[in-house]
Order: sequence, then C-alpha cells, then structure tokens
Amino acid sequence: ELPPSHHAATRAAALAACYLSYRRGSPGRCLALQAVRSGRRQDIDGIGHKYYLELVLEDVVDKDSTVNCTAEVLHHLGNKNIAPDVQFTIEGELKNTDEADNMFYNRIKSLDKELVAENIPDNHGNISPEMEPIRLLAWVASGYVIWQNSTENTKFQLAQIKHVKQVKRNDEYLEFDYMILLHEMVSQEIIPWQMTVLWHPQHGVQVTRESRQLKH
Amino acid sequence: DQVLHIVPETFQQVQLLQHLCNSLLLDLWKPLLPEDIGAGEDLHMRVPAPLVQDVKDNLDQHMISYSVLIPDVQELVDQSMPRERSSPRQVPEGYDYTQYHPMEEIYQWMTEIQNSNSELVTQHYLGNTVEDRPMYYLQISKPSDKTKKIIWMDCGIHAREWIAPAFCQWFVKEILQNYKSDPKISGFLNNLDLYILPVLNIDGYIYSWEKDRLWRKNRSPYMNGTCYGTDLNRNFNSSWGSVGVSYNCSSIIFCGSGPESEPETKAVAQLIEKKKSDILCYLTIHSYGQYILIPYGYTTEPASNSEELMYVAEKAAAALTEKYGTSYEVGSTSLILYSNSGSSRDWAHMIGIPFSYTFELRDTGTHGFVLPADQIQPTCEETM
Repeated sequence: ELPPSHHAATRAAALAACYLSYRRGSPGRCLALQAVRSGRRQDIDGIGHKYYLELVLEDVVDKDSTVNCTAEVLHHLGNKNIAPDVQFTIEGELKNTDEADNMFYNRIKSLDKELVAENIPDNHGNISPEMEPIRLLAWVASGYVIWQNSTENTKFQLAQIKHVKQVKRNDEYLEFDYMILLHEMVSQEIIPWQMTVLWHPQHGVQVTRESRQLKH
Repeated sequence: DQVLHIVPETFQQVQLLQHLCNSLLLDLWKPLLPEDIGAGEDLHMRVPAPLVQDVKDNLDQHMISYSVLIPDVQELVDQSMPRERSSPRQVPEGYDYTQYHPMEEIYQWMTEIQNSNSELVTQHYLGNTVEDRPMYYLQISKPSDKTKKIIWMDCGIHAREWIAPAFCQWFVKEILQNYKSDPKISGFLNNLDLYILPVLNIDGYIYSWEKDRLWRKNRSPYMNGTCYGTDLNRNFNSSWGSVGVSYNCSSIIFCGSGPESEPETKAVAQLIEKKKSDILCYLTIHSYGQYILIPYGYTTEPASNSEELMYVAEKAAAALTEKYGTSYEVGSTSLILYSNSGSSRDWAHMIGIPFSYTFELRDTGTHGFVLPADQIQPTCEETM
C-alpha cells in the first residue's frame, strides 16, 4: 500500500494518465492527472513491479470536469527498452468532443498554406486561441512519447512546444512535425524531443516517429 | 480612532485590560506589550473607530475609569505631517503586480518600495552574484525596542520559476497596503520581522528572460567557460553532494564544486547563519507542483519536529484551498518528490531553524514553469 502522495504512486499515476490521454485523447479532449486516490505496489519476482492505482483525471481545458479511473502499470525488470504495460478502466463515459474536433479538422484542412508555429505557449504562458488545439494535440501525442520512455525513476511533463510544422498529405489525415520540450521532474532536465503526429477525428492520435534530441 | 488613557487600579483591572488588548488586537502605545501593563501605571491604547463605543462601554461596565488622550488620531496625523496622499502612496503607483517583471524593473521596484514605506521597509545588501549583480533583500520591521523573531522568505532560487518572484513582490505589496488596517498583519508585525528576498538567482532569472526561458541554474562558468551553471538548491551545506545531484556541470542538477561554492549561496547562507537564533521560519518559494514540502530531501528520516511541521503545513494547505479550491499536497521532499541533497530548506532546518518549508506554487503541470500571467493574481491571493 502506498500513500497517495508518495512519489512511487504519483510517478506511476502520471504515466498511466499520459497513456490514457494518448489512447482516448484528441484536440478537443485532453486529460491530465488531477489526483491519486489510492496506490498499491506489488513486487513480482522475476517480472517487475506492478502498480494498482485509483486516479482522478481532469479535462485540461475545463478542470471541473473530472473522471475517475483505475489503472495498472507494470514496469518490467531488467530490459529498460520495453515500455511499461498499462491497462486502464474509465468509470462512466467521456464526453463527446466531435464538434470541437471537427471544427479544428476543417479549419486546418482549409488553410492555404501548411501551418507553422513556434513557442507554444510563449515565455509568458500565453497561447492564442487558434493555437490552443495545436497544443492540446501535442499534449495527447506526448502521452505516447512519455509512456514509451518512462521508468519508475522518471516523471515527464510537456513543458513547451518549440516548433510545429504541418506536413502536407494526400489522404484525409492531418500530420504535424513537432519539436517539444519535455520536463523530467526527477532529474529536472528539459529534454528536446521530436515527434511526428498523425490525427483524424475518427481515427484518433498516432505518433509515427519520435526521437530524443541532444540538448543544444 | 481614539487613544485612551487608563491607570488600572487593581490587578483584576490589569487582567481585564490585558484580555481586552489581546482579544481586540488593540494598538498599545504604552506600554509596548500587554504583559507589561501594571497597576498604577499609565496605559495608552489606540482603539479603532468602529470599536470605540464598545470598548468604552466595556470599561464603564467594569468601572474602569479612562480619559480620552487623543480624540481623533487621523486629524493629529494630518496636522503633524506635510500633507501626503494617504494609503495609496504606500506602494509604487502603477506597478502591475499581475504581470511578470524583468530584473531591471524589480530592482527599481525595491527602491521605490523602500522610499515610499521608509517607516517600515529597509533594503539590505546581501552580496554579489557570479555576474557581479547586487543581491538585495527587503526588511519589513515595525520600529521597536525589542529584537523580534524573523521570518525569512526567498523566491526565485531557480530561474525559470517566474511565479515565485511574482509572489514575493505580491506578498510585500499586500503587507504594506494592509498592515495598518488589518489587525492580523499589524499584530504579527508587532512581534515579527519579515525578510524578503524577491529574486535569489538574479543572473539565472535574467538569462531566462533573455536567452532560455527554461533555465534553472545560476550562470557560473565551469570548464573554462564551456559549461555554465550550478543548481543553487543543491549547493547548500546539507549533506552536500550525497544524493540527487550530479557532479557534472552539464547537468541541470549540478551541485557545484563544493558546498556554498556559489556566491549567491554564500551570500544567503552567511546572513541566515548570522541571524539564525532569531529566525523562526525559513520559507523558500518555487514552482511548480502545488506542494508544501517539509525536511528532508537528503534522507527519508523524519525531522525532529516533523509532527509539528506537518501540522502547521496542513493548516496552511487547508487555508490555501479555501480561497479557490486549489489543492496542495503536504509532506517531506524525499517521500513526495525525490531525494536531493544540498537544498536550502534542509540546510536551514539543520542549523536549527525550527520551521523550514519549501512551497511549490501553481500549477501541476498543464503550464508548469510557463504559468500564464493571468494566474499570478489567484496564485498569490491563495498563497497569501
């Protein structure tokens, strides 16, 4: 049994929330960890450490909108190149975000030129309303990157989008090439990361390529 | 407001008057403290206008005779001084506390604060930074004969945590704007001095404005200028270099070449060491995470007074939540966050300062270090 504020619980919870956000997220639906209700760790000989968690997630845009869920996170012993296993169950329904998603989709589709932007948010924390869905999409996609690269000794957070460039496609998908900065809590490092993100309102978010960059 | 003159006749009257002063937080002009009230001795107390009738009724009820020494304090004040604009002049006009300010403006602000509140505020030099910039702290102190206990608060030991210096400035403004009218503030200033260091890591803060918003360390050059910066919060002499650090300059948690190797650390440590027997509480303000953290980071062993530390911190967190519902976690750094040695908070506690806390302000990661300016006001109000 872990105290919910203990870092072992909060790190596993952050990871689970990122994974969940990636699997269920979209520019209109962006979830983040609000609180850990309970946490339990099981040490399985020869396999690894398994965490059983009860979490509360909040909508990044509307923090009063919350959802409860349970999650299991398994960190594998030994081979650090395997991403942790995450399973989750959401209590109740997530709200429908078709309208917001479609609006964003259509807006981008109708741009004359491919979208390019930098520094979201800017150094003072400001984000223009047009860029907000770009940030939310990055938040969801970073969930994948974070999940793939987390261990029991890391806690990642998206700090800033340094650069984003839309990539022209012939099919119905939207593709964006992001350079993001991830803040890793335990080492306090800021790590630049490249990620290529595919999205379609009906097909969810996909990260097709991600690579950690060297610090400048 | 009126000042009443009373000469208590009996010990019972003394007790009554002491109780009255303490419960209404009356401004005692003579003697200085309620405990010094004595039978047969002059008592002068200032009663705020809304309470005057009640206090007089109370005295009548207990057959304590009094006379009105000053029937209208404000009138006297106005007459005796060249006519200055009242309250608003106490804080610099036009300074926007809901925006982030670059270091130049913060230096100016400190000077203006001292100038327009010179009866209460003095600016003191602490030392120079690596890049030779002066470090100043503000002392907020009601003039008095006795030495008072000190509450120390520093902000901005980590450059990118902009909300922290913003809070220090807000805090100073709140105290100065309200110490006359708010009995709580006035009351604790009778017994406590506040030492506020608005930006500890000045070079780093400037660097985060000009070059790299997410910079954390100071700007100390190492390896022939090929590598910069020590994490000042790993540089204090609290189990320095033992855990949660790097010995490599290129790391963001580089602990420096030795404990207090950095001039910023040295400057703060020297002052605190000198005054440590009078310092009741050491506060260091960071972001983000929404935590109130107690010692220690370098070990999971609880501090000697950890129950008391927790109790006070939990009360603080509850009061904070009351304002806007923002929730803060309370606990020791080593359990809630990670292990780290060389922190200023650990060091302060280890040299004997009983109440030593790290505050990690808003938010929990949605914006992280890059907190939008529109959150400055609510963050500061709730933390106040």
